[in-house]
Amino acid sequence: MILARVVGTVVATRKDPRLEGKKLLILKPVSPDGKDENGYVVSVDTVGSGVGERVIAVSGSSARMAEGCKDIPIDNAIIGIVDEVHLD
Amino acid sequence: MLIARVIGELVATQKHASHEGCKLLLVQPLNLDGTDRGDAVVALDAVDAGVGDKVLLVTEGFSAMTSVGRPDSPIDMAVIGFIDHVELVQGVA
Amino acid sequence: MYFGRVVGSVWATVKHPGMTGCRMLVVQPLTPELRNTGKPLICTDCTGAGAGELVYWVRGKEASFPFLPQKPPVDTTVVGIVDEVHVQRTLQAPAKAPVPVHRKSSMKN
Repeated sequence: MILARVVGTVVATRKDPRLEGKKLLILKPVSPDGKDENGYVVSVDTVGSGVGERVIAVSGSSARMAEGCKDIPIDNAIIGIVDEVHLD
Repeated sequence: MLIARVIGELVATQKHASHEGCKLLLVQPLNLDGTDRGDAVVALDAVDAGVGDKVLLVTEGFSAMTSVGRPDSPIDMAVIGFIDHVELVQGVA
Repeated sequence: MYFGRVVGSVWATVKHPGMTGCRMLVVQPLTPELRNTGKPLICTDCTGAGAGELVYWVRGKEASFPFLPQKPPVDTTVVGIVDEVHVQRTLQAPAKAPVPVHRKSSMKN
């Protein structure tokens, strides 16, 4: 699982039919103290998150265990919205 | 999933039987600012994409296999959608 | 999948019993413009590719699928021999090369 920030949306009309109705968001990984890290990933939203929010995302086959994602061709899903991060 | 651009096609006669009848695309993964992200990769085509198209690329086995409808095949990347546009918050990329 | 060229073969008499009969090739990853990129690696083969041929190979768990029901412990397999490559793109200017360091010994003149 990674901590990430939602930085954008992707619009794709022609796609695998099983992806119909799924919100595609662009995530930028962030470190626990909130700094952006390198890279990005396109992820499917399953919790109603939006641009600007900090979220947790899973990758690989775990993404298909998220709500409503069973057996659809995705490799990344947002599975939670982060309220707070406490660092010791 | 990654944003990528189709930059070419491969022709292969002799290949694993599960790849028969599927177009092989050369796709270049992109950064958010549109620059190249690493090297180009080979992906099977699930949506009839062509050279120049901006596409959504899955890079995980099961997703790639099911999107082209070939379970238990040696496939680890597939093009599963056309990207119409990408919206970003300011200051990113 | 990734694009490359077969540059050699590997033989191993003693190996995991699951890999009996698997050919192994040395593959150099290439860019679509046929320039070397990254380091060569060893792939098992399910196509009969030979030295010099352009191929594409798959990485990860999927690499063992061509050998089903046998499940060899492999992570890269050549799955196709490439006949033609069609590429259309404008290449980005490569990142600025670092300024070469001149050592005294190499400045004979």
